[in-house]
Amino acid sequence: MELFFEWFRVLYDTTGINLPFLYDSYDRGRMLDGFLTTIKLSIVCLICSVIIGIVGAWLQASAFTWTRRFVNGYIQLFRNTPPLVQLYFFYFAVGALLPKVETDWGGQAPMFGSFAWAVISLSFFAGAFNVEIFRSGIEAVPKSTVEAAESLGFSRLQIYRDITLPLAFRVCLPALNNNLVNLVKTTTLAYAIAVPEMLYEANQIWSDNVNVTEMMFFLLIAYFVLVGVLVWGMNSWERNMKIPGYG
Amino acid sequence: MNWTPDQPMVSIKNVHKAFGELEVLKGVSLDVMKGEVICIIGPSGSGKSTLIRCVNALNDIQQGSILVEGQEVNDPDLDKLELRKKVGMVFQQYNLFPHKTALENIMMAPVRVLKRDKSQTEVFARELIKKVRLQGKEDSYPGELSGGQQQRVAIARSLAMKPDIMLFDEVTAALDPETVGEVLTTIKELAEDGMTCILVTHEMGFAREVADHIYFTDGGLIVEHGPPKTFFDKAKDPRTREFLSQIL
Repeated sequence: MELFFEWFRVLYDTTGINLPFLYDSYDRGRMLDGFLTTIKLSIVCLICSVIIGIVGAWLQASAFTWTRRFVNGYIQLFRNTPPLVQLYFFYFAVGALLPKVETDWGGQAPMFGSFAWAVISLSFFAGAFNVEIFRSGIEAVPKSTVEAAESLGFSRLQIYRDITLPLAFRVCLPALNNNLVNLVKTTTLAYAIAVPEMLYEANQIWSDNVNVTEMMFFLLIAYFVLVGVLVWGMNSWERNMKIPGYG
Repeated sequence: MNWTPDQPMVSIKNVHKAFGELEVLKGVSLDVMKGEVICIIGPSGSGKSTLIRCVNALNDIQQGSILVEGQEVNDPDLDKLELRKKVGMVFQQYNLFPHKTALENIMMAPVRVLKRDKSQTEVFARELIKKVRLQGKEDSYPGELSGGQQQRVAIARSLAMKPDIMLFDEVTAALDPETVGEVLTTIKELAEDGMTCILVTHEMGFAREVADHIYFTDGGLIVEHGPPKTFFDKAKDPRTREFLSQIL
């Protein structure tokens, strides 16, 4: 392994192509941290946004007018504003309004750190789209199938969980894939509130080493591979979920 | 409220139902005794399907009373689960759950709704599969079955809830002529076992063979009713006669 890393130092010395996050153990640590933060941010946001989508689509079909209005208002707000503005809004506006908490050493700290705000903001952002995606899937489930479940004594919640959702999922998976791919790419915005994710760490490295070009190449390839893995995973999931003679 | 088997199992009295402005049922009354098989026939749009959908509260009614084993269906506080445990329903379009195999379709309601033991339910479900003659199709998905096979799975799925009454809503209307027979045989065997059945059907020959009583509806009313022999051979009402002459 050491030999592999040393090869990049030689590469730098001989050609001038500078990839310090490979041969320099400190930069390597920073890059790895950034990469892991991006993964963690993506996974947490992915899960939260899907939950928001499922719950939101359920509430959207609620019998209460105000519940439906609330969900629709949420969707409009988060769909019609830029994610970067949302991120700033949460971090600087909402974050400033929340009470500070006492730290162990007697100081004052904000209630949520930048990572938490990125999770909240990005989850709501992607969640708004997910609600609409799930709704389109739910609307594709025939009413007669739901009626059959009703006549067998299923409750509304049971029907949603056992019948509507599994069928809706299969219908909306392609759209969901798209949105989740977008979400992973949007995690780079967390850079703006200093979440130490991959783009942020790359920026640290190019500031120290003045190797902007190399880092840009690296970032492009790294995200391409990362999102590629996600797409591959989602596609094989889509294949596994296929039912014979349906969809 | 205390129902005894000598009273009608289903008692429909003066039922009115409208979809917006359109009045579909204009005061329908009929009784079904335990073990009886009744067929409702009549032209399209006469309210037959609406009527049986009201019996298990898939449609609500505006006026009148429907008693199922003494339970009033026209009640805002209706315990729907209690009602639907007693009443099974089979639909024209089968409406199976496409993401579950035949066996899972049958097992789902008893396990999820009635919280029955899974392994015992499976034994029962396999018996039902045998009863509707679908051995070997347990693990097939609905999309892999023919219409007639799907409809028989749907019948088994309803039977898995051990209902006291079965409703059949034009269950052969979507089938190929050659598969109609296999579904009708299943229903006939069910009737012979003493299941109380209410059928909406266009299969006159079948109605004549299995029904204890036939009701003819037109324009939201029951125009004529009687045992099959008198009904088919000595219909009195001109509308019934016209309908029968077109169909037979």
